[in-house]
Amino acid sequence: MDYLTLLQVLDSTLRMSTPLLLACLAGLFSERAGIFDIGLEGKMLVAAFLSGAVAFVSGSVWIGLLAGIGGSLAMSGIHGLASITFRGNQLISGVAINFLAAGLTVLAAQSWFAQGGRTPSLTGAARFNAIELPFATALKDVPVIGPLYYELISGHTILVYVALAVVPLSWWVLFRTRFGLRLRAVGENPAAVDTAGISVVRLRFTAVAICGVLTGIAGAYMATGLQAGFIKDMTAGRGYIALAALIFAKWRPWHALTACLLFGFLQALALRPDVIESTLHIKVQVQLLDALPYILTVIILAGFVGRAIPPRAGGEPYVKER
Amino acid sequence: MEKMPKWADVLLVPLISLLLAGVLSALVILAIGESPGKALWIMIDGAMGSKYNWGYTLYYATNFIFTGLAVAVAFHARMFNIGGEGQAMLGGLGVALACTYIPWPHWSLAILGAGVASAAFGALWAVIPAWLQAKRGSHIVITTIMFNFIASALLNYLLVEVLKPKGSMEPATGKFPEATHLPNFHDMLAPLGISFSRGAPANVSFIIALLACVFVWLLIWRSRLGYEMRAFGHSEPAARYAGINPTKMIVISMTISGALAGMMALNNVMGEAERLVLNATEGAGFIGIAVALMGRNHPLGVVLAAILFGALYQGGAILAQDTDIPVQLVLVIQALVILFTGALDNMVRMPVEKFFLARRLGAAKAKKEA
Repeated sequence: MDYLTLLQVLDSTLRMSTPLLLACLAGLFSERAGIFDIGLEGKMLVAAFLSGAVAFVSGSVWIGLLAGIGGSLAMSGIHGLASITFRGNQLISGVAINFLAAGLTVLAAQSWFAQGGRTPSLTGAARFNAIELPFATALKDVPVIGPLYYELISGHTILVYVALAVVPLSWWVLFRTRFGLRLRAVGENPAAVDTAGISVVRLRFTAVAICGVLTGIAGAYMATGLQAGFIKDMTAGRGYIALAALIFAKWRPWHALTACLLFGFLQALALRPDVIESTLHIKVQVQLLDALPYILTVIILAGFVGRAIPPRAGGEPYVKER
Repeated sequence: MEKMPKWADVLLVPLISLLLAGVLSALVILAIGESPGKALWIMIDGAMGSKYNWGYTLYYATNFIFTGLAVAVAFHARMFNIGGEGQAMLGGLGVALACTYIPWPHWSLAILGAGVASAAFGALWAVIPAWLQAKRGSHIVITTIMFNFIASALLNYLLVEVLKPKGSMEPATGKFPEATHLPNFHDMLAPLGISFSRGAPANVSFIIALLACVFVWLLIWRSRLGYEMRAFGHSEPAARYAGINPTKMIVISMTISGALAGMMALNNVMGEAERLVLNATEGAGFIGIAVALMGRNHPLGVVLAAILFGALYQGGAILAQDTDIPVQLVLVIQALVILFTGALDNMVRMPVEKFFLARRLGAAKAKKEA
């Protein structure tokens, strides 16, 4: 594999990792606050559809992004209502949200655009276009660093950079602010937080809302950045891979970045089977690459490579003592 | 004191949940510019209007009875088996191998052999997550989700690279031998002088599904093992104190659950397609969750809920044929049923409980005054 091919694969890795990373950090906020969320997939799907649809109708990708976030927040609202207010089973609520999203998006897409459950293709300002960072073309011919800068670092849509920026931001919010401390505490021991006079319900709803905003951006990136429009079931299990990445990262932001880059790399490789063959000189089954994130997660989860311990109060509804 | 009478818990609460799901679905249909009344009528007619349609409804229901029972059995031991889809896929692999490589003389032997194979393959796919949960503490929900994807990749590989007959382009096994052909309702009812649609896919595995319901009922409520499973499900510390081995409970409940999910393949792979195709399960593993929730984890409830969902699937398919409403409407209804009977159960339950409590207090007061 030559240098340029490597850069291309890494470039594609970065693009494939972005929705995973945003969804993974979304799950991080929710689960650190004690709310399991297997509905990441559904929220992304709703956001992808609404952002694609609204961006097409309004012609502005930013309005589309807002609509996507709004749709994802609505789903978060249902999840919060079920799992916080009515103390229902968080896993079942997540399953319901995934089905609801898979159904509603196609129904609405068919009803609005009648194109077999997809939105029309987005062009121009209705899509996030690649940004060329300063001097990218000028430095293109500098050996080694030039192509690296031009191919890999420059030339992504704004949301890719946003996703990368959310990593340190999440770390700072969770581990360096009072809000973050409380959020983590509510996922470990909500009774203690309640005793300190802080509302468990409000904190958890805030966490679920942050999760909604981030999955909203992730979904919008799918429909308006990675691809040009919404296709039915376009998230294709990315919500679950993000969940796997979250466990892989043991619920820590920087590790989430590593995990998502790894899983994104596997996805990028699956798109380029020719590269694997020419490099390793063996045929690697595409299906194995597809399954690898899940297999790795099972191994991690089983504690064969370090132990993944979830937030202690995760999945448990909090019942206030009377 | 019971908060409400048993009939309210078993019938009223699920019916209210169903009604809420129905009203919201009607609003969705209105929102996409169609008439809910007309849609409902087409669905009912499409699901139950003729013997042919009933044949499809019961065919789907057979799938859902198996996956619903699978989820229900695991629920009794407080395990959430979300991996029915993967287990049913593996069950399909078991059926395909048994039917292709063993020369069965008659379908009655073939169904036994294929049944054992499908149950064993399904159980295998459930027992690994169960063991990991019991021994290594990895969460069963996450592991079973991961196993769904691994199963899907595995089957994709096997069908594309290994099991596909030479010269065939389609990723599917060859047609099973004629001797493994299961009698459908038409074949079964003809000797009794009852005519049934020849083309409908409902087949003898419906009877196996009903037998599985009896088995689950006996297991859960009439056996020592079932008692231990329920005790473990209610309170792990109490069960442990009573000498019940948690590892054994997790592994056994998930094995039975996986075997039931795997046996679904008798219906869809052996009974209907008569070969193994890609994505043969079509989401039936997930519908098991809705069926178990709706049926309150009781075999009788599971049968009723499975027939309801069978009708929903068949009706939804006809609706998509006859109108502009996509078949994904079924997913929305399914999601709403899961939401109201599962996650928002308390929202429905609490007002009902309050109502009965108020009535009882009122009655007691009236008695006192008299």
